Amino acid sequence: MSVLVNKDSKVIVQGFTGTEGTFHAQQMIEYGTNVVGGVTPGKGGSKHLDKPVFNTVKEAVEKAGANVSIIFVPPAFAADAIMEAADAGIKVIVAITEGIPVKDMMQAKHYLKGKNVTLIGPNCPGVITPGEAKVGIMPGFVFKKGRIGIVSKSGTLTYEAADQIVKAGLGISTAIGIGGDPIIGTPTKEAVEMLMNDPETDAIVMIGEIGGNYEALAARWIKETGNKKPVVGFIAGQTAPPGRRMGHAGAIIGGADDTAAAKMKIMGECGIHVCQSPAEIGETMLKALGK
Amino acid sequence: MNIHEYQAKEILKKHGVTVQEGIVADTPEAALEAAKKLHAETGTSWYVIKAQIHAGGRGKGKVQETGSNGVVLAKKLEDVTEKAAGILGGTLVTHQTGPEGKKVNKILIAQDVYYPGESEPKEYYLSILLDRAKSCNVIMASTEGGMDIEEVAEHHPEKIVKEWIDPTVGLQGFQARKVAFALGLEGEAFKQMVKFIYALYDAYVANDASMFEINPVLKTSDNKILAVDAKVNIDDNALYRHKAVAEMRDISEEDPLEVEAGENNLNYVKLDGNVGCMVNGAGLAMATMDIIKLSGGEPANFLDVGGGANAKTVEAGFRIILKDPNVKAILINIFGGIVRCDRVANGVVEAYKNIGNIAVPIIVRLQGTNAEEGARIINESGLKVKSAVVLKDAALLVKEALA
Repeated sequence: MSVLVNKDSKVIVQGFTGTEGTFHAQQMIEYGTNVVGGVTPGKGGSKHLDKPVFNTVKEAVEKAGANVSIIFVPPAFAADAIMEAADAGIKVIVAITEGIPVKDMMQAKHYLKGKNVTLIGPNCPGVITPGEAKVGIMPGFVFKKGRIGIVSKSGTLTYEAADQIVKAGLGISTAIGIGGDPIIGTPTKEAVEMLMNDPETDAIVMIGEIGGNYEALAARWIKETGNKKPVVGFIAGQTAPPGRRMGHAGAIIGGADDTAAAKMKIMGECGIHVCQSPAEIGETMLKALGK
Repeated sequence: MNIHEYQAKEILKKHGVTVQEGIVADTPEAALEAAKKLHAETGTSWYVIKAQIHAGGRGKGKVQETGSNGVVLAKKLEDVTEKAAGILGGTLVTHQTGPEGKKVNKILIAQDVYYPGESEPKEYYLSILLDRAKSCNVIMASTEGGMDIEEVAEHHPEKIVKEWIDPTVGLQGFQARKVAFALGLEGEAFKQMVKFIYALYDAYVANDASMFEINPVLKTSDNKILAVDAKVNIDDNALYRHKAVAEMRDISEEDPLEVEAGENNLNYVKLDGNVGCMVNGAGLAMATMDIIKLSGGEPANFLDVGGGANAKTVEAGFRIILKDPNVKAILINIFGGIVRCDRVANGVVEAYKNIGNIAVPIIVRLQGTNAEEGARIINESGLKVKSAVVLKDAALLVKEALA
């Protein structure tokens, strides 16, 4: 099982022949991801990295059976790429692109409503199911296979969490980098829900940041549904000043409810094992599992 | 990106939003000329002189050098020069600027709009912003104009009305009417408010804004609706398609270290603490700041060197952090994925040698791709740099450095 991506996923790369697309497509192929081709409008019919290049996503779906797409298209064209993938019938879209205008994402997100598709990102490291498929830019070797799911807004902090989980003698079922933008396809709660329903996941690490209310919504949902699996949580930005954007477009404290302290309090009240320090994710998970 | 009130009003006017008219000036003499011109254009005989800084609370704020408020009224033309001189060039401290205040380089000479007439003038609050939870824009309005909306939300949440806008169809007529009725308006003022809300939303969408706050919106004694103040924030990611707006950036409003960092493609935010940090990735950077605090220090900055940490970016980062005299130690925290730790380590050593004479202790934590090789390079460099692999050890080293 696992969630979103696995060894049967047929992945295409949108923005295949660009620098980023080329580099990461190669890395994904080396990891063992089943990359069936890529899309670069105008370069259809050629080959890149020994894989076919298509003009449209529709063609890639029809000819190569693609059902997962990863997007490296530049910000100005990325929302269009997301909508093209959804229109073509792609089931899981992973948008890596950072810097997409909010207005474009708002339209893309509403375009996706009612369609049978899951968007992960944008501005995210992607999704990895260790040993099966890496659809993202994360260093694959950090993620050893196991039964802990990870949901995170951040890239390198996801790697940090995975590394601590592995050093604690555990492993990862699927890690989902949901992205650090104000508008993302799959908020924290939806990603956590996937892992809660996954029989191959025993416990979940949920990493958030200042800004927005996604973590609070997820925490309340976890409590309402009876805390079915242990969840370890951390919120980055306990020392961030209000009103300043901390790197990620969405990481800004706008009010009393989106500070790290407020989120951690809600998470604690909802039965989540909250770490004060990002260095304690691994050991907190061991405690949560009663080990 | 933040812009000044006078720039915000320029943008609003272009989209048909009615505003309190004004002319910007940067000397007391120019202020007098502006007042004369404004008199000729609008007939106003009172002049509101408003400091142009990127912070709110100007009316109650004080100019340190002269004791003048940040917004003052000149009731005759002869007073304009002197009152303008009381603000221009001074340091304005408001509850939003912090105690160091902000230097006032420009003032706006604006018409008086609170003149008496057939009805009482009344102030309202209007804003448009992104509702992240609903992934769409929301219009917020309140009868409590002139007050901080946070205060209204806390004490009188029932006095705030919200209207969510479907991004696929945009603002609808009934929604603008709902807001105007909720503000208790009728007759001509109602009609003008509906038009005002329409024009405001149009300006918001057309400019890729991420926040508009018009506080106050004024109903004048002759039932006009005007934006008296305007706070406008534009989505940085969309500036590439708004060249004219991008040119409104005022670098003098920004921290010089942050400007320098931006020129080096570094994402840097200056803070008040004593431990500098340099990290790859925004989330890990925030987490590193938190580690510093838990180790007994206070973060001196946020600094994300991004995915391509190399000798050049590391050196630029070092130089920027070291310009902050409060920094007593530096923690470099890199999780190597695509970036290889040995390369980062070489970058650190090279940058250290190039700068020379770094007086503060440096702790380098390298984890991920080639982490051991990275640690070896640091340890064998002979420099006063300590290395760690696990985040916990890095925290301990910070604690030791501060002890």
